[in-house]
Amino acid sequence: MPGLHGLHFHGLRIFAMALACLGLTQAAGAQGMPAGRGGKLLLTGGVSSIDGAAGGGLTPWAVTGGYATQDQWGATAHATRVRTHDYALTAYGAVLGWGDRAELSVARQDFDTGPTGPALGLPGLRLKLDILGLKLRVAGDAVLDSDSLMPQVAVGVQHKRLDAGGLAPTLLALGAKDRGTDAYLSATKLFLAQGVLVNLTLRATQANQNGLLGFDGTQGRGTRLQPEASVAWLLRRDLAVGAEYRAKPDNLNPSILGEGLKEDDWADLFVAWAPTKHVSVTLAYVDLGHIVPAVVTRRQTGAFLSAQLAY
Amino acid sequence: MMKQFLLVALLLACMGGTRAQGGPDDSIYQAFGGQPGLVKLMDDFVPRLMADPRLQPFFKDTNLKNLKEQLVSQLCMVSGGPCKYAGADMKSVHADFEIRKGDFNALVEVLQQAMDAQGIAFTAQNRMLARLAPMHRDIINKP
Repeated sequence: MPGLHGLHFHGLRIFAMALACLGLTQAAGAQGMPAGRGGKLLLTGGVSSIDGAAGGGLTPWAVTGGYATQDQWGATAHATRVRTHDYALTAYGAVLGWGDRAELSVARQDFDTGPTGPALGLPGLRLKLDILGLKLRVAGDAVLDSDSLMPQVAVGVQHKRLDAGGLAPTLLALGAKDRGTDAYLSATKLFLAQGVLVNLTLRATQANQNGLLGFDGTQGRGTRLQPEASVAWLLRRDLAVGAEYRAKPDNLNPSILGEGLKEDDWADLFVAWAPTKHVSVTLAYVDLGHIVPAVVTRRQTGAFLSAQLAY
Repeated sequence: MMKQFLLVALLLACMGGTRAQGGPDDSIYQAFGGQPGLVKLMDDFVPRLMADPRLQPFFKDTNLKNLKEQLVSQLCMVSGGPCKYAGADMKSVHADFEIRKGDFNALVEVLQQAMDAQGIAFTAQNRMLARLAPMHRDIINKP
């Protein structure tokens, strides 16, 4: 397992660096895209979600990442940092988009367990989650069909593998698996006249805390359907503010630790800024609810900062 | 958790419900400065089209004076102004070109730049674009 993760990591890093170079060269060259490229309108490819897929910060949208339209390739690379009272998460990844039809995404999350590691006798414990995602637009156009309620619709899968380090035996004892695959259906609609974007996602998942605490559990109920929603309001062409809500299962509650592993839904308030088609920055206030309340009882609220290079 | 979610969904539904009021509404036309405003906008927009390497090839053989007049008339009608666009229909006038979504969006970007330059409010811009965007079905002919 560690070897496999190492390989993923290495490949991802090279991919991300290549994209970063591409982005910077382009950004230095010109404000716009060269003729025949970058056919999407500003910000209409969304930003990068922590799971890698294009969307909001916490949830995938039906849009494809990057600025490609028909017969073009698009790409993005992102780095995200989340800091709550007691925990921290670093995520980075990349998306390759084919037109506005399909996207392939890779992401890695590195979760710093803060005081929970030492409390479990595992100081310095980090949880590493690799995510491989595929998304396919099946219908609609989120932006241009402004005279109908028909949204852009996409289906996607996210295969997740967890490297829980010293926590792995505990998760095993809880009946949680170290890998799982989410499947989701997303509908995204820009109400253009109002400048309001709405996304609804329905996710079938077994993940505990997005997979950072494995998948399902002895008391769990298997695959659960969970709704996720995002609303964004365009203040300017390059600036959006919004809110997100992501419902999550609660498979490890109760467990052998009673309610000690209870998990909550996630929510955020965000502002996203794209000064050019090549760069966007997203800042958010996140509420991740309780994370392992057996050790840390307060709600995990904090800041989310993400930078994306796009092509 | 489901309850909160439903609440959000309900809120969104309400927002959708307050959209179109129906009836004659020339507020977009007014926000663009009426006829003089639209003429000024197109006087700015057409040279921008010709200066954009993505779009210039589509318009190089076009009578620009005529194009400008047609666009003013069309925007006037679409925005609720007192005009009747009598020009060619969108499908046939674009049929001689291979037009992709990227080309369509490029034109939207240039129009956005022109609207910015004319000081038209972002909200009014979006209301106009929402009236124009559905034309993509007749204009984009290379799926």
